[in-house]
Amino acid sequence: MTTLTAVGLPPAKGRSGFRGALRSEWTKIRSVRSTIYTLLATALVTIGISTLFAWGQSGHTGREDLATFDPVRDAMFGIVFGQLVIVVIGAMTLSSEYSTGMIRTSLTSMPRRGVVYGAKLLVFTLVALITGLFCSFTSFFIGQSFFTSVHVHDFRGPTRETVAVVDLSTSLDKPHVLQAVVGGGLYLAVSALLAFGFAALLRHTAGAITAAIAALFVTFIMVQFLPHDWAVKVDKWVPFFAGGQLWGIRKLGGEDIPMFSAWTGFAVFAGYAAVAIIAGAVLFRKRDA
Amino acid sequence: MIEARGLTKRYGDKLAVDHLSFTVKPGQVTGFLGPNGAGKSTTMRLILGLDAPTDGSVTVNGRPFAAADHPMREVGALLDAKAIHGGRSAYHHLLCLAQTNDLPARRVGEVLELVGLTEVTRKRSKGFSLGMGQRLGIAAALLGDPRVLMFDEPVNGLDPEGILWIRNLMKALAAEGRTVFVSSHLMSEMEHTADHLLVIGRGRLIADCTVAEFIEQNSEQQVKVRTPDAGRLAELVTADGGRVSTDAADATTLRISRLPLERIGDLAFENRVRLHELTPIQASLEEAFMELTKEAVEYHAAVPAAQRPSEQVEA
Repeated sequence: MTTLTAVGLPPAKGRSGFRGALRSEWTKIRSVRSTIYTLLATALVTIGISTLFAWGQSGHTGREDLATFDPVRDAMFGIVFGQLVIVVIGAMTLSSEYSTGMIRTSLTSMPRRGVVYGAKLLVFTLVALITGLFCSFTSFFIGQSFFTSVHVHDFRGPTRETVAVVDLSTSLDKPHVLQAVVGGGLYLAVSALLAFGFAALLRHTAGAITAAIAALFVTFIMVQFLPHDWAVKVDKWVPFFAGGQLWGIRKLGGEDIPMFSAWTGFAVFAGYAAVAIIAGAVLFRKRDA
Repeated sequence: MIEARGLTKRYGDKLAVDHLSFTVKPGQVTGFLGPNGAGKSTTMRLILGLDAPTDGSVTVNGRPFAAADHPMREVGALLDAKAIHGGRSAYHHLLCLAQTNDLPARRVGEVLELVGLTEVTRKRSKGFSLGMGQRLGIAAALLGDPRVLMFDEPVNGLDPEGILWIRNLMKALAAEGRTVFVSSHLMSEMEHTADHLLVIGRGRLIADCTVAEFIEQNSEQQVKVRTPDAGRLAELVTADGGRVSTDAADATTLRISRLPLERIGDLAFENRVRLHELTPIQASLEEAFMELTKEAVEYHAAVPAAQRPSEQVEA
């Protein structure tokens, strides 16, 4: 046991802080398999469903749908489902510390809780952004390869046969296209951050995932049943509609229902996540671990 | 050095820690004793800032723990060996902790070797046995070469080899001048390890003394006497204010308390009672502890009155 003091630690200098916490959180997130699995699942679901949808669109687009065809949103349709998967990583990044008890060990090595929370949030934001952007760009390019030859049908005609084959594809240098593809990645990342905030509030994996899916998906389903005069007032505030305006080049939502503009809507969407994250931070610092 | 002043923690209407004031000094092993639910773990959580005290304060090396420049160099703690992410390897678990305090990555290898886990460095910890998990927790506590070490029930579930290892480790750490604070509900364990004792019951400090003082103050000195004339001696001792208990299996042996050994010998001599044995019995720490905390035990087992062991022994 004399080796205890014989081992060499360099003399302490400065003060442990955010830099070390960042490196620690990066080690944490990359050293568990669940991160890799859930990131792969997010990519698989988003890109897979986007591909299937684009393939379908290219084979069977009705003549009457041409006016509303959105070559960016329709290429990234898988985001609707990908958001439901990326929230799992968002929630688990923090909630797994509570479910395993690791949080007590983490806070014993670094009791300055704001530092721990901030570092975890920053590392996770970067991971979620990279994942989101990878999904949105890959989906976009796959989609465009299908949209170069879209078979247009006349579903109201007697034969339903292809009446034309048209090139509906777009490219990043067209107006708003780059913004929308980047927006797809941002939308996924912010969805995950919303779940992170819920995890900080609830400290429970299943609870945080359920809350995030309720906010992102269930609200979107429920407003479909609203009477028109309510929908006009409410729809634009629904997270999916608010955040969704950014990741297409046409308006998302009912024709005569007002929506926010792309960036205003996204700001509202990000605002929801920010409220959850800030409220979570306050509780994270205050509550007994 | 750990200093608590009026430390109090209330959960709802339950007072878990009740105005605790104590000092844990460096260079010795301080045992933190109390029955289950006495507030030992809560006190340790308060020291580490995991829970915020309702009232009072506690410092580590003169400052609140959260204010330490490098927390892991001040305190290494093993509160719960299972408080780790089982999907992470031993190496990555320790690495992510070391990084928070800017400790070099090679330190991880050093502590793994120190606790004898070198062979499972890359294994995920969910496959670890209880003893291995405990060693990993101790490795984490030693990472920062800390001045203060805290262990909450460290020998729970360990095999004899592991228990001996932890005992020796704690003594060695204290011998190096560190503060070692270890909780247990097993008095016999502390008897082997601790130099100083803090005893709590229902969140209150009951005793703060050395192990020897604790036994001396809290146990009745007994004298074992073997004599062919047990009935006569029992009468004499009782008449002199002593208390006698007999062993049902052996009618020639008495256990006498409340009279000094010398007085018993004199009584026998003056009354021509022949003695075959006269032995002082040192009460164990376990007995002393039971004696002291019997009023403060949170959860009494329901024992039918007729079966209470104390009533069988007393004559």
